[in-house]
Amino acid sequence: MPSSTAAARGTRPGPEAMASLTRHWAEAPSLRTWFGTVDHKRIGRRYLVTAAVFFGFAGASAVAMRTQLAGPEAGILSPREYNQLFTMHGTAMIFLFSTPMLFGFGNFLVPLMIGARDMAFPRLNAFGYWVFLFAGLFMWASVPAGAAPNGGWFAYVPLTDERNTPGLHLDVYTLGLLFLGISTTSGAVNFIVTALKLRAPGMSLNRVPVFVWAIVATSFMVLVALPVLNLDNALLFLDRRFDTRFFEPERGGNVLLWQHLFWIFGHPDVYIIVMPALGIVSAVLPVFCRRGIVGYPLIVFSIVAIAIISFGVWVHHMFATGLPQLSYGFFSAASTVITIPSGLQIFAWLATMLVGRIVVSVPFLFVVGFLVTFVVGGVTGVMFALTAFDQQTTDTYFVVAHFHYVLFGGAVFPILAGVYYWLPKMTGRMFSVRLGRWAFWLVFVGMNLTFFPMHVSGLLGMPRRVYTYPGGLGWDPWNLLATIGAYVVAAGLLLVAVGVVHALRRGAPAPDDPWGGDSLEWTTSSPPKPYNFPVIPRVHSLHPNWDPRTVESTGPGATEDRILAEGRTTLCTSELDGRYERPVEMPEETRKPLLAAVGLLMVFLGLLLAWYWVAAAGAALVIGTLAAWLWPPRRTPQEAGVAG
Amino acid sequence: MAGGEWAGHRRPLAPVARIVGCGLLVLLGGCSGGAPSTLDPAGTGARRVEGLWWLLFWISVVVFAEVMALLAWALVFRRRPDRRISRVEPTRFVVVAGAGVPFVILLAAYGVGLRDLAALRQPESPPAVTVDVTGHKWWWEVRYAGVDGATANEIRIPVGEPVRVRLRTVDVLHSFWVPQLMPKTDLIAGKVRETWLRAERPGEYRGQCAEYCGLQHAHMALQVVAQPRAEFDAWLARLAAPAATPDSDAERRGQQAFLQGTCVACHTVRGTAATGTVGPDLSTLGARWSLGAGAVPNDGGHLGGWIVNSQTVKPGNAMPPQPVDAAALPDLIAYLESLR
Repeated sequence: MPSSTAAARGTRPGPEAMASLTRHWAEAPSLRTWFGTVDHKRIGRRYLVTAAVFFGFAGASAVAMRTQLAGPEAGILSPREYNQLFTMHGTAMIFLFSTPMLFGFGNFLVPLMIGARDMAFPRLNAFGYWVFLFAGLFMWASVPAGAAPNGGWFAYVPLTDERNTPGLHLDVYTLGLLFLGISTTSGAVNFIVTALKLRAPGMSLNRVPVFVWAIVATSFMVLVALPVLNLDNALLFLDRRFDTRFFEPERGGNVLLWQHLFWIFGHPDVYIIVMPALGIVSAVLPVFCRRGIVGYPLIVFSIVAIAIISFGVWVHHMFATGLPQLSYGFFSAASTVITIPSGLQIFAWLATMLVGRIVVSVPFLFVVGFLVTFVVGGVTGVMFALTAFDQQTTDTYFVVAHFHYVLFGGAVFPILAGVYYWLPKMTGRMFSVRLGRWAFWLVFVGMNLTFFPMHVSGLLGMPRRVYTYPGGLGWDPWNLLATIGAYVVAAGLLLVAVGVVHALRRGAPAPDDPWGGDSLEWTTSSPPKPYNFPVIPRVHSLHPNWDPRTVESTGPGATEDRILAEGRTTLCTSELDGRYERPVEMPEETRKPLLAAVGLLMVFLGLLLAWYWVAAAGAALVIGTLAAWLWPPRRTPQEAGVAG
Repeated sequence: MAGGEWAGHRRPLAPVARIVGCGLLVLLGGCSGGAPSTLDPAGTGARRVEGLWWLLFWISVVVFAEVMALLAWALVFRRRPDRRISRVEPTRFVVVAGAGVPFVILLAAYGVGLRDLAALRQPESPPAVTVDVTGHKWWWEVRYAGVDGATANEIRIPVGEPVRVRLRTVDVLHSFWVPQLMPKTDLIAGKVRETWLRAERPGEYRGQCAEYCGLQHAHMALQVVAQPRAEFDAWLARLAAPAATPDSDAERRGQQAFLQGTCVACHTVRGTAATGTVGPDLSTLGARWSLGAGAVPNDGGHLGGWIVNSQTVKPGNAMPPQPVDAAALPDLIAYLESLR
């Protein structure tokens, strides 16, 4: 560590400064603060727990479906139940689990990784969580009510119009996703501003952790893709409720319009799910190879490239709809090309392993599981880029196998790696390695046992989304294997949950840096203090925690302008170079976000049940709360900086 | 013969590749008989895609093996605690192995894929037969251009000849798919789509709706029967002719029950007063392979059950339970079975 005298360089914060930080940032453990918290760590943990619960619901739906499909002509589920379950399974896994789960990691980690004390908009963050929670409950409540969406997660018209599917099913879908979209959008805006403006001084863009890059790129994709889905859902809601006719061919509408809009969102959404997960891999893998990641610029390049190219591939979901051949040629090429950035990342990880020294910890096991399964999903993905092959195998179990290898392999494995990797940081407790290893092997074996046979049943001609199938077509053994696998996966995932609870109850206290990590979250205590960093560090490289200069900057090299103990303050820096700009004041706990979210819940419930006066009252509540939220605080002209 | 267009795929090792590949799947129990398998093609289009599949399969095996070998190498040899951590940045390796090599492979695969797509576009010779297939929730209405008469869930085609298939839907989206003959074509509301079939050998080929179309999507199967031209012509002539007339007393009583009941509101039997068009044309019902588009086998018992209450067989289908007199039911069954 470079030696310098404390007097010349500054001082580490004294007890007074620490007390002041605690006073300004800590939240009293009361019900009031429970509802009003704006702490990104608490909100992040809530996202993770809530998304995990929704994952449990969606997983239970899958187990029920697999039980029905264990043998031919089974009668465990009626077609009505099966169709609602498979729709909710897909919708919830995509919208209520994957993205919120990864946003949960982002919420907890982005400020810690960039050396900030909170997200840029802490109240918006709280608002985003409450909206996510309410939208999730809004959609899941339809299942016991027997009114769950039943048109598939893709909800193709005209099956989903009022004539073909009367009832609330599809209104729950359109309104639920519009409701949830508010949360996702506000989260994305928050991530972008946080990562661009609140990075620790010295963290220029080329020193930003890959995970943060991934979250920011994902957020930009959300901002571009989600409005298209919102438009699609709004049009469908209007068609159903108010007899507009955007999608009705007899009256001048177009059914393919729905598909175009849906997939302009839908394909980028695959990367919206997978990219932050790949970011987790890029965070976890190098630490257990005991060196920095190989090809950092290449990985960042590939993230940005995917974010852009993914908007040019949507038609490969429509290869069987009879669009012009020329467009198939173009979209087939784009869909082929998009595998190259992913290939770059795979080989960057392999190279990191080949030149490092590997420590096979539980998080690393899940990373290896990810690599094996994601490559399988990748090679079958290339197959689907070729139109002729796609036309033969789309809408069969082959495609179900493919995208579960991509999404279970590419998102769930990294998420589980992330759970084990950051659990000590989030909870301050270590987990049982034995339980973790058992969980890994069950999930890994079960996952492959579930989804690999689906490749075969698909090639043997079994279409997807069927609630039953006739025996004697060669499909039976594959379906039985898949069902057995589903139970094994379920057991493995339960063991993950057991492991987390066990760690919380019995786990040994976690050290601040159990893995020897390189990024800034490992410089904080486990769990981090409410203000994250007593001294906002100065960053000199891509691996600040391995860099003695950064360690020095928070110790003997700490300066007042980075301690900022007076008030609830974090640092604003420049977008590209991370140059020190100014301290900014952060808002305190408030229940206005919760109130605004309740107002929105009223709006969407009112629209769903056609109680428009409830919707109007909800809208008034939202507007009133937002007005109070945004009302400028009383300040003297000096404080406001306008005094002559 | 299909040899001409298929020849493009005939690399010297292709048969070996197929045997080894199929062997792998047999080990897994794969190439089992009876499956409407894409790997057991009997049509020109499906054979094209089968060739493309084996090409992609072997590329995938090689790519997967390469990545797994590197992974295994790292896990075995880079784990020892005495390993020195290298500070080199093997960027060139990453670019070449992660982007360069894949680019070349992908370019080649894309080229082959594009050629196959072009080959699927239309048959080599213009089709002489045109089938009009209309999707309903949840069955297939089948008519032949220039022929007055209809059948359901069954398409007969002359073997060895290309046949044009025009696709429409009266309600939601469906997808026409006979795995052993031809990849899918969606039925799009408000549009007419076209595909073609060419069976290389006589046989019965199962097809199924491949686009989720609601409650009974699982029970929307069809069968394509490829038969010699002469048999096909005879069958088509029978389709155009009036339905068989009753031979026995039972059949005659059954016909009477049929015509006096509610059946005629929805069904047609050619040559009788039954001209409904909501449900399938029943003029050749007795000869069909199944009831309810693959829901149950076509025999007397199932037919009776279907008539009395098809909602227990295929919940949600458009046919309400029929209040048929228990005494009249055997006659009705006998009559409908006689319609061949």
